[in-house]
Amino acid sequence: MRTFKKGGIHPPENKITADIGIEILPTPDIVTVLLSQHLGKPAKPVVKKKQKVKKGQLIAEADGFISAHIHATTSGMIKSIDERVSSPAGQFSQAVVIESDGQEEWADGLNIDIDYESLSREEKLRKIQDAGIVGMGGAGFPAHVKLNPPPEKKVDTFILNGAECEPFLTTDHRLMLEKPEEILKGLDIAASLFDKDIRVYIGIEANKADAIKIMEERTQGTRFEVVPLKAKFPQGCEKQLINTVTGRVLAEGQLPFDVGCLVHNVATIYAIYEAVAKNKPLIERVFTVSGMEINSRKNLRATLGTKITDIVDYCGGVTDEINQVIVGGPMMGKAQFTFDVPITKTTSGILFINNRGLERSRERACIRCGKCVEVCPQGLQPWIMTDLARLNRSELLPAYGLNDCMECGSCTFVCPANRDIVHWIKYAKVMNTRQKR
Amino acid sequence: MTTQTRQLTVSHAPFVRSGDSIEKVMYTVALALLPAIAAAIYYFGLRSLWVTLTSVISCIVFEFLINKIRKKDLTCFDGSAIVTGLLLSLNVPAGLPFWMVIFGSFAAIVIAKELFGGLGYNIFNPVLVARVFLLISFPAEMTAWVVPHSVDMVTAASPLGLLKTEGLSAIANISYWKLFMGEIGGSMGETSALAILIGALLLYAKGYIKLKIPLTFIATTFLFTGLFYLIDPSKYASPVFHLLSGGLMLGAFFMATDWVTSPMLARGQIIFGFGCGFLTGIIRLFGGYPEGVAFSILIMNALVPLLDKWDLNSIAKGRRAH
Repeated sequence: MRTFKKGGIHPPENKITADIGIEILPTPDIVTVLLSQHLGKPAKPVVKKKQKVKKGQLIAEADGFISAHIHATTSGMIKSIDERVSSPAGQFSQAVVIESDGQEEWADGLNIDIDYESLSREEKLRKIQDAGIVGMGGAGFPAHVKLNPPPEKKVDTFILNGAECEPFLTTDHRLMLEKPEEILKGLDIAASLFDKDIRVYIGIEANKADAIKIMEERTQGTRFEVVPLKAKFPQGCEKQLINTVTGRVLAEGQLPFDVGCLVHNVATIYAIYEAVAKNKPLIERVFTVSGMEINSRKNLRATLGTKITDIVDYCGGVTDEINQVIVGGPMMGKAQFTFDVPITKTTSGILFINNRGLERSRERACIRCGKCVEVCPQGLQPWIMTDLARLNRSELLPAYGLNDCMECGSCTFVCPANRDIVHWIKYAKVMNTRQKR
Repeated sequence: MTTQTRQLTVSHAPFVRSGDSIEKVMYTVALALLPAIAAAIYYFGLRSLWVTLTSVISCIVFEFLINKIRKKDLTCFDGSAIVTGLLLSLNVPAGLPFWMVIFGSFAAIVIAKELFGGLGYNIFNPVLVARVFLLISFPAEMTAWVVPHSVDMVTAASPLGLLKTEGLSAIANISYWKLFMGEIGGSMGETSALAILIGALLLYAKGYIKLKIPLTFIATTFLFTGLFYLIDPSKYASPVFHLLSGGLMLGAFFMATDWVTSPMLARGQIIFGFGCGFLTGIIRLFGGYPEGVAFSILIMNALVPLLDKWDLNSIAKGRRAH
């Protein structure tokens, strides 16, 4: 079985919710729709306070090339447009607060069946753009930009990313089990945007044997090929998945289309299906609620803008031992300082954990064991980057490949001296951007 | 309690760790040294045990005191002082006076390790600094090697010492098998190549040592001494003798591989191993001392920052060329 060449780790998988079907969380009375749910500039609001909106109606417009539309996630009245709402990414963002009228009434022309096969490439891309779809695996890069690479870049390989290598998360896993038809149709739509002879692979880690089986059954006799992947973190990172499936290696600064590849994750492809075949904008998503400190662990489909407080109430509350709420997975997620945070297009999971043991352990001097070098999937030297960042010499780091680091955290996971390696690398990136300004 | 009033901790990813720690690493290394300690007790008697205990306990005490003086977190139980103590005892003769053992612990922990900033910051291998410190301060006591299985700690020269002072004929009747098993005079841990190899195997299996350094080290010594043996077998001892005697095995597998004082990258490690082996050969064949492992590793320790810098510069250059 295939896996990527360099580095990688095996954190405990903890896929507790793998066998639990997706449940629908009822839309709460008030939803808080952030206007920055994607990479790039926040969207600009096009609605006013007290205005009535219908479900799926555009409420904020993409601002510039790298940006994405935002839609009303339920029908009701705009209660307010708040300037500073804390986002799960740890920043403040503008948000449109909608008071639901409980009708869930769709705007005209949305949520209908469409004869999408006859649509042209441009029409399909337009629909994806109009639906405000972004990479739902975590990066939040606008999908219509990614699916429309510059014409001189020839894409010959399309990869559906079903690796889901983060511990705990079972979102893509459940989607593949419950919506295989829709995902394959979405994959067909995405692949139809490229040359006819494009190769299409479905990469799934071996720990999801049932998903591999379902996908293999459904792709018999089609041009899609299911590739079982040997489980290793960070298999789901674009560069690693490309290396596993095609053997190609991305040099520093290269994007997947530079090596003729395009990768989209399962949730995104599902959203593309809904946008093109059903005229449904991206207003809800599936995510995993897990961790030891929440009373019931589930896979949920919820309206974007639902707050973590609503989710905690629905899942029977948290235990007294809880001290961290993580949005995303335990390797690359973000710790929240409050439960009062709405979910966004990129929320793949919410973990409720007790991490007091880890919190108390302190950072020690590097003992130069070389483990960070061994596990780095990008072949970097995390130890020297950490040393230099701590000495406030961040400007020296790009020479060692700072921008090649995708912050997977494998180095920090293995460090016996408990050094916050990836944190220092992120810090150096921030310091360098500041210097440039 | 509602979610509103709960305190949450904000920290950065990752929120899981492998559970590996300095303690775990150090106690594993200590475990890997036990076969050598056992061999020392078997060959040189119970006094070996007392030397080991004195050395370990005094290392912990010195580390504790210096932690207190520097007002730092206690690091005396993280296992590194224990490893230093164990290794130090393996580097001295079983008959060394206890106060000298304590003096050696002081040199290792206080001078070589803590004055440089503690674990991770020391440039030189603390144990070897202590060994050389003792050797220069007390040359007679440090070369009074106990004869194996002797009742009243009879001492004699080590095979390498004999070779240096009396020539090739003096070691003619020492079999390789005796050298391999350790039934010869020498410091506590240097004698049994077998016991060292058992420990090294454990470290290798755990992934705590990479073989680049010890293999290039041993191979270079073997080839260097072998070359002279080929030139004039009547004057120089065979390379197998050099391989099995003295501190080569202990030095190559346990001292030269010390993470803190050896290079991080492959090319540096190979040059480091080669340098150690080459210098050991030179000192053994042409130097004033019979044994050169400790000196050669210390000299190469000093080059580690340069080797690392060279490797890192090459990496940066390779990236720019892309």
